[in-house]
Amino acid sequence: MKHYDLVIVGGGPAGLAAAVAARDNGIDDILILERDNKLGGILNQCIHNGFGLHTFKEELTGPEYASRFIQQVLERGIDYKMNTMVMDISPEKVVTAMNATDGMFTIPAKAVILAMGCRERSRGALNIPGYRPAGIFSAGTAQRLVNMEGQMPGKKVVILGSGDIGLIMARRMTLEGAKVEVVAELMPYSGGLKRNIVQCLQDFDIPLKLSHTVVNIEGKERVEAVTIAKVGPDRRPIPGTEERYECDTLLLSCGLIPENELSKGSGVTLNPVTSGPVVNDALETSVEGIFACGNVLHVHDLVDFVSQEAANAGAYAARYIRQGEKTDVRTVPVRGIDGVRYTVPSTIRPEEMQDTVTVRFRVGDVYRDSAVVTCIDGREISRRRKKVFAPGEMEQVILKKEDLADAKIGEITIRIEKEA
Amino acid sequence: MYDVAIIGAGVVGSAIARELARYRVKACVIEREEDVCSGTSKANSAIVHAGFDAHPGSLKAKYNVEGSKMMEKLSEELDFPYKKNGSLVVCTKDQDRNSLEGLLLQGRENGVEGLRILEKEELETMEPNLSEDVTCALYAPTGAICCPFQMTIAFAENAADNGISFFMNTEVDQVERVGDHYEIKTKAKENSTGSQIAGEVLQARAVVNAAGVYADVINNMVSERKLHITPRRGQYELLDKAVGDHVSHTVFQLPTKMGKGVLVTPTVHGNLLVGPTAEDVDDKEGTNTTGEGLESLGAMSARSVRNVPLRQVITSFAGLRAHEDGNDFVIGEAEDAKNFYNAAGIESPGLSSAPAIGVALATEIGEKLGLEKNPSFEGKRKGILNPSALSLEERNALIRKQPAYGQIICRCENVTEGEIVDAITRTLGARSLDGVKRRTRAGMGRCQAGFCSPRVMELLEKHAGLSPYEVTKNGGKGVLVYGQNKEI
Amino acid sequence: MEERQLTCIGCPMGCQVTVTIDQGEVKTVTGNTCKRGEIYARKEVVDPTRIVTSTVRVTGGTEPVVSCKTASDIPKGKIFDCCRELAKVEVAAPIKIGDVLLENVCGTGVDIVATRDLPVA
Repeated sequence: MKHYDLVIVGGGPAGLAAAVAARDNGIDDILILERDNKLGGILNQCIHNGFGLHTFKEELTGPEYASRFIQQVLERGIDYKMNTMVMDISPEKVVTAMNATDGMFTIPAKAVILAMGCRERSRGALNIPGYRPAGIFSAGTAQRLVNMEGQMPGKKVVILGSGDIGLIMARRMTLEGAKVEVVAELMPYSGGLKRNIVQCLQDFDIPLKLSHTVVNIEGKERVEAVTIAKVGPDRRPIPGTEERYECDTLLLSCGLIPENELSKGSGVTLNPVTSGPVVNDALETSVEGIFACGNVLHVHDLVDFVSQEAANAGAYAARYIRQGEKTDVRTVPVRGIDGVRYTVPSTIRPEEMQDTVTVRFRVGDVYRDSAVVTCIDGREISRRRKKVFAPGEMEQVILKKEDLADAKIGEITIRIEKEA
Repeated sequence: MYDVAIIGAGVVGSAIARELARYRVKACVIEREEDVCSGTSKANSAIVHAGFDAHPGSLKAKYNVEGSKMMEKLSEELDFPYKKNGSLVVCTKDQDRNSLEGLLLQGRENGVEGLRILEKEELETMEPNLSEDVTCALYAPTGAICCPFQMTIAFAENAADNGISFFMNTEVDQVERVGDHYEIKTKAKENSTGSQIAGEVLQARAVVNAAGVYADVINNMVSERKLHITPRRGQYELLDKAVGDHVSHTVFQLPTKMGKGVLVTPTVHGNLLVGPTAEDVDDKEGTNTTGEGLESLGAMSARSVRNVPLRQVITSFAGLRAHEDGNDFVIGEAEDAKNFYNAAGIESPGLSSAPAIGVALATEIGEKLGLEKNPSFEGKRKGILNPSALSLEERNALIRKQPAYGQIICRCENVTEGEIVDAITRTLGARSLDGVKRRTRAGMGRCQAGFCSPRVMELLEKHAGLSPYEVTKNGGKGVLVYGQNKEI
Repeated sequence: MEERQLTCIGCPMGCQVTVTIDQGEVKTVTGNTCKRGEIYARKEVVDPTRIVTSTVRVTGGTEPVVSCKTASDIPKGKIFDCCRELAKVEVAAPIKIGDVLLENVCGTGVDIVATRDLPVA
């Protein structure tokens, strides 16, 4: 098979934006490998609106947002293969893939961008006890069935988890004729965007029960009832608080996990907090020339941020292909502390970085009237106040090259601090 | 009139059917569920026991050791996954070493080969993740792991290919001796779309009772030698392949007053399996997991293996062992019911024993009914092709010929469309998502069918000729979708 | 004077907006970080509206349904009426993004438009 300068694994929002940016930064020889039968990834099933306010200054649905990027890819004549599964990525950046027309083939690449996205946490991974009948779906699977196949997976529904997909599906199922009985959330706060609580639950009088979880599933063939119970501060069910809902469906929206099985095979180091690769300011993983962006790197809240990040990854990969990489450059670690669960990137190379680098992170709890504080070796360099920091929303700080000029810098920390 | 009607298409019923097919016989297998391997056979430890557990002289000991010795050759003949990984029964510092030695002697008496006791030092290199409390262990090199789904399906498919009929979705209501034969009445049933399928009456010269946890009910219809089976629930957790090498042997605990303890084992497909609990339950349908049961696996497994990565769980399940009051298998013709043959009380080591039980019962029935050998019996069966076992050239040649083998449907287990279509269209093909899963592993991986189920549903519609509203997870009324958007 | 707390749905920020109303007339809007918030709040207390997204059936296409939306927001009270109307619609492939699938849904003056391309099978 032909050699490519850049192979992008995944044709969803991250892969598309990365491809466009790499081409615009001078790389002609790009191949996108997509496992589905169309480009656009999970956006194709996200038919609700709310995408693109940052990128296009208008509210688009998922397929519309995807189509804008697909258009850009097509206009640039970037190569892509659909229905193609990447089976392996070697540390030497040889990509092995398979499809029905080419069979199993290998492509040596100068650089690879990982853009495989994420998967949903399953009932099994959540260890929810009970029977194992039909009618238990991850919210995304239900979303695919309803929005792409036009088929309804349930009539009477309980939803566990108030992540955005769960909230969106509460509304979708309702609009298509199902009755959503309740949304239960393990944590004392919702994992979704505030506006989705309003427009997906409150608009339809669907109750949201915080600090609740599913403790039993009944039904041998199809779900017949689901029991939820209140949980204590230790997140364990409190006996005597059980409520039983007769229903035929349980949807799960309990978190997303970056899909990094391929990355592991290539020798990329993963961050146990994000389950995504550890990357530097250029979004380059621990393996030289392999970059990562989008939900495979860390789970984002908004696709607009995925597109921004992926465009950076595309540009950095292009720079790498053109110029190669300097080794032995100064590297400064970035650490999240005091409520900041992780940072992406986790290292900065002050001499190599662009004028600014966006550091994205999530907080571990709800923090009110607080500030995000960035320090270099304990010295505060920036502070941004906010009324509420919530784990469901991605946060960012921008690091400036000029602040990092001092060769003696040990580390950069980002923390949340309560303000009076 | 059938010569033989076998009740139950679990591993035992299917093994008997396959062995019976060596005769010129008109036989059928009657199964309540929509697929073979739908009861106890699908939810167990997937272990081929070496055979040291059961008391010498018991049927469990006899058939276990015989079955275990047959298994490797059978796995080649019938093309199902089997791996002799060896097993360890570990003794911890607070336990009696004499019990371990007792087990060794018992095993030798049962005819288990290669048993020996290993000391801590040897164990540390052999199985580095054993608990620090482990002082010594009984090593059984003939201990093995297999795929119980594929094993059962292989037996059933091979039986069907050799002329045995299978009736799925058929539940026995009554068995009655009428003159020189039996009449088996089956229940009326409602299918996934709500239409009624009438019950019927089957006639057979001989009946084999391989009805799992219901074997007492079936036996008690015709025999005064009453059986009583207690469903003993075992809950398990299956962990991600990423941690499948946490142990390489099957690690058992030395039975104590507290019970048999849980095992930690790699599966033949590369996952790690932890379980089972042991709880006697009243409900023969009680295959639900419980919060307490699943939680107990952590502390229980830690007694033998350290740092079991239970956070990597991808699914949990429960199975019911058919524990008969006599604490042994009940095998053979009922004393007071001529030509009614039991294969009852088949709890552990049932999977290991199934091949030997199959041979024993088929031989007995063959003799008693005076059946002739079937000269056209073909004992070899080719399983669903595993493309990842092929060389690159072979694989590409296959894809050129059959492009569906180049299209991945289940991305976690890398299962292709070609394999799934084969699973649906071959003898006794899959009719449900779980049927496809058990045959191909599509949906068995870490996303637990999140991505592939809509695709597999489409393939079932196309190749099994089902409407979207007839496709189920696991038969019965377990449909996946109810109707089109806005029309439910 | 009545005071109402709203969560703005104009963008993902979800600002907490306070609206004061006097005799059915909005007096003040506070807490919003952009113009969108004020527009949303003024509308929400008097005449709440929503964009509705859904699917309609397709014949002859590569997929059985096509995603669609109201071209602009419609009164909140008409959401379910709108869905009932959509249940009756069936369109033939090919469909282009932006194609009008149903005009003036439920007399709102708003069209239903396709949000993706759907080629002929």
